[in-house]
Amino acid sequence: MATMLEVNGLNHRYGSGESEHVAVRDLTFTVETGQLACIVGPSGCGKSTLLRCISGLIRPSDGEVRLHGDEVDGVPEDLAVVFQDYSRSLFPWLSVRQNVEFPLRWKKLSRAERRERAVEALEWVGLPGVGNKYPWQLSGGMQQRVSIARALARRPALLLMDEPFASVDAQTRFELEDLLRTVQVKHGSTILLVTHDIDESVYLGDRVLVLSKSPASIVADLPVELPAERDQIATRASSAFVSMRSEVAKLLHGSGTAGPVTAEGAPAAEDAPEAEQARADLTEADAAEQANTAGEPASKPH
Amino acid sequence: MRPVTGFLQRWSLFFGAVVLWELAARLAEDPFFPPPTTILQTAGQLWFSGPAGHLLLTGSVFNDILPSLGRVFGGWLIAVLVGVGLGTFLGRSKTGMDYVGPLFAFMRAVPPPTLVPVFLVLFSIGTPMKLATIVFGSVWPILLNTVDGVRSVSTTQRETAESFRTPKAYWVTMVVLPAALPKIFAGLRLSLSLALILMVVSEMVGATDGIGYQLIFAQQRFDFPAMWAWIVLLGVLGYGLNALLLAVERRMLDWQPTRGAARAQTTGA
Amino acid sequence: MRPIYRNLAGLIAFLGVWEAAVRLGLINDQYVPPASVVLTRTVELLGQEDFLRDVIASMLAWAIAMLAAIGIAVPAGLLLGSLPGLRTATTAIVEFLRPIPSVALIPLAILVIGGGPESKIALAIYASVWPILYNTIYAFTEIDPLLIDTARSCGAKRGRVLASVALPHAAPFVFTGIRMSAAVALILVVSTEFIAGASTGIGRFILDATSGGGRMDLVLAGTIVAGLLGYLVNDGLERLGGRLFRWHAATTTEAV
Repeated sequence: MATMLEVNGLNHRYGSGESEHVAVRDLTFTVETGQLACIVGPSGCGKSTLLRCISGLIRPSDGEVRLHGDEVDGVPEDLAVVFQDYSRSLFPWLSVRQNVEFPLRWKKLSRAERRERAVEALEWVGLPGVGNKYPWQLSGGMQQRVSIARALARRPALLLMDEPFASVDAQTRFELEDLLRTVQVKHGSTILLVTHDIDESVYLGDRVLVLSKSPASIVADLPVELPAERDQIATRASSAFVSMRSEVAKLLHGSGTAGPVTAEGAPAAEDAPEAEQARADLTEADAAEQANTAGEPASKPH
Repeated sequence: MRPVTGFLQRWSLFFGAVVLWELAARLAEDPFFPPPTTILQTAGQLWFSGPAGHLLLTGSVFNDILPSLGRVFGGWLIAVLVGVGLGTFLGRSKTGMDYVGPLFAFMRAVPPPTLVPVFLVLFSIGTPMKLATIVFGSVWPILLNTVDGVRSVSTTQRETAESFRTPKAYWVTMVVLPAALPKIFAGLRLSLSLALILMVVSEMVGATDGIGYQLIFAQQRFDFPAMWAWIVLLGVLGYGLNALLLAVERRMLDWQPTRGAARAQTTGA
Repeated sequence: MRPIYRNLAGLIAFLGVWEAAVRLGLINDQYVPPASVVLTRTVELLGQEDFLRDVIASMLAWAIAMLAAIGIAVPAGLLLGSLPGLRTATTAIVEFLRPIPSVALIPLAILVIGGGPESKIALAIYASVWPILYNTIYAFTEIDPLLIDTARSCGAKRGRVLASVALPHAAPFVFTGIRMSAAVALILVVSTEFIAGASTGIGRFILDATSGGGRMDLVLAGTIVAGLLGYLVNDGLERLGGRLFRWHAATTTEAV
């Protein structure tokens, strides 16, 4: 199997001097072509920073990232990212189809080809016939499907996903997890998914990378010994799943804080603060920007 | 039946007020306040008693109203181009507003009519002077609102666009400007009403034609029905221009959830 | 570089360009005197009693107009905002009166009210009523029903809901309207003085400077003072709003 992604000695620090904060420390790992790898780590450990370094959105302080052998410097052509916050990641002023077509606009495609790809991608994620709606007319889970379709329409060599299912309800999360696995198997996509949810990482992944608490470094790299065909009820009840889950949980505990796992083995309650914490990794300016956009516009002028 | 009652609800008080005005004006016989029917008659004579070849429009329509409208639109369009262009640039730049922010806030606070004498000597009496006044007075709300709107692009939206290697032209036209559009429109509405005001002011102070000139001329002649006719015309123009802009806004901001939902519920009220 | 230095750098650069453009003859100094001359004149003016009297006259007219506009528009907005039937009935009148450019009423005001301060005050009230009225109505119609329900479920009576939920909710919006009106009112006071030739005021001062042999340095100095006043009023209200309504986003973001 060829190597799709190589991360070598990755370090990232924010600030300098006294206020220096190390977000990612000395990370080295690879992802093989066609693999679905999950990175699981405690809240605020620097997962988002790691993902942004890999995607070329931010330049790491040290180390290198290679995508199919080419050094990543800026976002590579054949990479796509799915963000947690679908409501902001989808452009509200574009219809669903226009959103999916958006990243194809500057590819050498005719209008008809572009449209065809968009329609096709929407079918992959099980959303045919909603192309003319605006994102707000869809439920949260459907919106996240649209952003997955948008990423797939680009036919990326590597798909990065940052907590993609953390903002949807549990039922929808199960559906989306199964959808992701189906799409991945069908298209042989290479996916690197970041999550704080132990169950999700085990259920989805061909492989789980466990991160320590901040600064993030790799504690363990475990292959997932589950059949390729997975089922929300049967797989989660299987002994292989349960033992793997507790192994990951122990590793996370050992590294300090643990992602909470409930007794029934259901995914931990959706925690918005985690998302906030991950965001705190971003620069101060970014945080301020976020805060600003949270407010509604003031009042109607006359 | 519903639309009829809705219409009555909306307009009965308005027409009631007009009728009351008519009666009061007829009883009081105050020369300053002619009854609405007289104003309407005067307006008809002023603008709609022309030759059939001109669709009954009089010279005043072509010599005063159209030039005035041209100035409003001309000045306002220049202000829109400058305001949106400069505002987008400054809003995306990290430090640009630090340099010019206070200066612009000050400029916006300057009462534009007081600059008419300066523009008058710079451009002499004529259309450029009026355009300068209108542009200077109406550009600030557009500019400052565009800066604000452009800054409302969220981190996630920026990162999404970056992760797709969005070229600059697409980034500005498909992400930044649409995100800023609601704020820009708020600025556009305010600046359009300012443009109308400044058209009148600049024509009152230095002009030989135009609505503002005719308004002050009618006052100086003590031709009160004509003065009222021009005032009413300005009200109609203000209402019409605002309604036009609102219609454009509604179309262009169709994607906003609140608007879409409101439209779904009230079916075009 | 700290923002305050950038502010100053921008200001100095603007004045420098102005000064240079005039000195190099790009702009006729008869029409636009150099920045140094205008700024000197501004400082001189601020020390003259006559001019200060003009400033006070304008500011007084502005303050009276603002108080009257608030006194009219807030209760009216409250009434229209909480009575949908009345609001529908008056929409046509409001929508017709609002867009009449207030300056179009200047000739009428001079005739009916005369050239005294009453004219400019009346016009300033007319112009500044609309933003406050509009924002007040908006605040009351846009109130989140959930807030009302929450208050009701806590056993609050109608009056109490109004006092403890609706008013605090509306206050920042009303305040934004007042801030918008403050700027409009000042512009209108000065403009009326300038166009109609009131007996005192900054606008009158500028008018005299224009007609008295075209003293453009005085015109610009007067304009700068008028602009500074407007700037200070707006800035002061913005700070006040930020302090009063720290919990609300509406006052920190500029909607206009």
